[in-house]
Amino acid sequence: MVTGVEPAAGEWRRVSPKQIGVELAGAAGSTLFAGALAVGAYVVGIGFMAAVFGAAALIALAMMAVVPRRVRSYGYQLREDDLLFRRGLLFQRFVAIPYGRMQLIDINRGPLSRALGLSELKFVTAAAATGVTIPGLPEAEAEELRDRLVELAETRRVGL
Amino acid sequence: MTDTPDLPLAAGTPATEPGALADGRWHRLHPATPLLRGGVAFLAVLGLLVANFRDRFLELVVGFQEEDPIDLLIDRGLLLPALGIVIALLLVGLVGFYLSWRFHQFRVTDEVVEMRSGILFRTHRQARLDRIQGISISRPFFARLFGAARLEVSVAGQDANVRLAYLGSAPADALRRDVLTLASGAQRGGAEAVAEARTGLLERRVGELLAPELDPAEAPPESVVHIPPGRIVGSLLLSEATVFLVLFLGLGVPWAVLSGNWFFLLGAFPAVIGMGGFLVNRFTRSLRYSIAGTPNGVRVGHGLLSTSNQTIPPGRIHAISVRQPLLWRPAGWWQITTNLASTRLGSGGATPATTLLPVGTRADVARVLALVLPDLPGEDPGGHLLEAGMIGRGGEDGFVNAPQRARWLRPFSWRRTGFTLTASELVLRRGAVWRSLVFVPQARLQSVALVQGPLQRSLGLAGLHAHTVAGPILPRLEVIDQGTAVVLFQDLAAAAVTSGAADTTHRWNSARGAV
Repeated sequence: MVTGVEPAAGEWRRVSPKQIGVELAGAAGSTLFAGALAVGAYVVGIGFMAAVFGAAALIALAMMAVVPRRVRSYGYQLREDDLLFRRGLLFQRFVAIPYGRMQLIDINRGPLSRALGLSELKFVTAAAATGVTIPGLPEAEAEELRDRLVELAETRRVGL
Repeated sequence: MTDTPDLPLAAGTPATEPGALADGRWHRLHPATPLLRGGVAFLAVLGLLVANFRDRFLELVVGFQEEDPIDLLIDRGLLLPALGIVIALLLVGLVGFYLSWRFHQFRVTDEVVEMRSGILFRTHRQARLDRIQGISISRPFFARLFGAARLEVSVAGQDANVRLAYLGSAPADALRRDVLTLASGAQRGGAEAVAEARTGLLERRVGELLAPELDPAEAPPESVVHIPPGRIVGSLLLSEATVFLVLFLGLGVPWAVLSGNWFFLLGAFPAVIGMGGFLVNRFTRSLRYSIAGTPNGVRVGHGLLSTSNQTIPPGRIHAISVRQPLLWRPAGWWQITTNLASTRLGSGGATPATTLLPVGTRADVARVLALVLPDLPGEDPGGHLLEAGMIGRGGEDGFVNAPQRARWLRPFSWRRTGFTLTASELVLRRGAVWRSLVFVPQARLQSVALVQGPLQRSLGLAGLHAHTVAGPILPRLEVIDQGTAVVLFQDLAAAAVTSGAADTTHRWNSARGAV
């Protein structure tokens, strides 16, 4: 009963393991930030705020433990007519986007991602709820994927 | 600043002849446009200011105010210069209005609706005909007196509409028909100009004021739904906004007065104003409501003094929801709303309304759905799907429902939470207290998501989200059996591709040939 859903057979393409570093750095940053605020609040003498920020710091620290698994949970498949994307461990999300529905594809690079040679691919459809972003793609792969998808979208162009 | 010379000023002709506006040449708007677009208000405000502040102004400039300013001017021999300045200002204003009218032009070609305007800062806007999401014509009361109408071509996106304000009333109707005919993929020339009875100006104005908001030459004049005024009032009295107002007036105000807690009143005041505005808005939108099918889509009209009506071509509706607020259940009333790609946030004259039917009985709902979902009656001859979807309590009724273990997450509505797939739509049924039934045309699906959180996983459930353009409807099912959800996800992902590719509604008449 607790196996979870698995809507598609086939091989999932995974993101680069370097993405773990990016997300770990992010989690460590928020841990340090919350921890600093907690210490500050304790020094000033607002005990209740210190407790809140301390708890936040602990949660952020705990999140660091699942980062590697979370990054490994990102995956995508280029199927015949649509792109399938998955993410999440506890809250799993699978999204299928027909190629013809893609309105534009963004490539974003944060400072740390750029240092590691990673890019993030963001898909925009007419529906804001689609919200599909594939992080942690090596730069060359991201650009190749973008070009391929734009081409696919062009050949399968449909109306709104 | 200097990009004016290419403007073929002589080519534009005033918009008077109906049927001649969509000929591919540049045309101008109604000559009274500057007045209607706020010129009158501007002049009135100016007059008010001058009348009220004349003395103060003179005191500031001249330093004393014992004498009448006109006498003063005459005494000092300044009358002529003063008059000259006033006349020059008036002339500049007039020339400005005239030029802005001259430079504001539009044309309709086989591919696009195009508009350009502005004297110093030129704007140029195009709407592709096959991307038109709807055309609405609104007639504010003041403009109706001048026989003018505002035509708005909606395209997808926020604030991307081409707005032609103002046109003559009859030419606006003709222009909409021509644009829709061109957009439908039918060939030019299919639309014959309707010969207009040449009557006196006064009779024509009176006729336009009294005429139903549907152009009789265009639509079948019969609206399929009539809302009696009593039902409009009743539906508003039985709304959540009214309950809030009554609670506020009956409990909140006495409590605030007795306890001396005036800040509560201050805080609640904006909400009360908002609720009141909402009720008034709903009321005016429901007055003289009409909905009718035309060859170029569904036409929805409303309004008593200021009228407005909107034509939505086929395939422009991304989701339809039939819902029943709790308070309406004893009366058996329902409301139909839609998700449209052209929805514009905020207020403004011809905002495309997302409400398709403000309030109606079950029979009304069936008639409206027959207009907007033409495939449905064929599949659903006895109205079984509708009946089960709207008032069914669950069980074996054609819907694939949530399993019993979903009651932990949906204690009341789990029996009614379900879906069914017809040939062209995804139908979702939800809610036991606030019942709703949602139709999503598969050809409009942008993407599909399958989600599962820890609670859902422990119960063997999963959620399915259909993604459509933004609007009031969120087509989502949160608690269905996970095996069923996986199958539905696969089916929908495939259906979104195939029906999207097979869809021809962007040129809705070309498949059937010219009409």
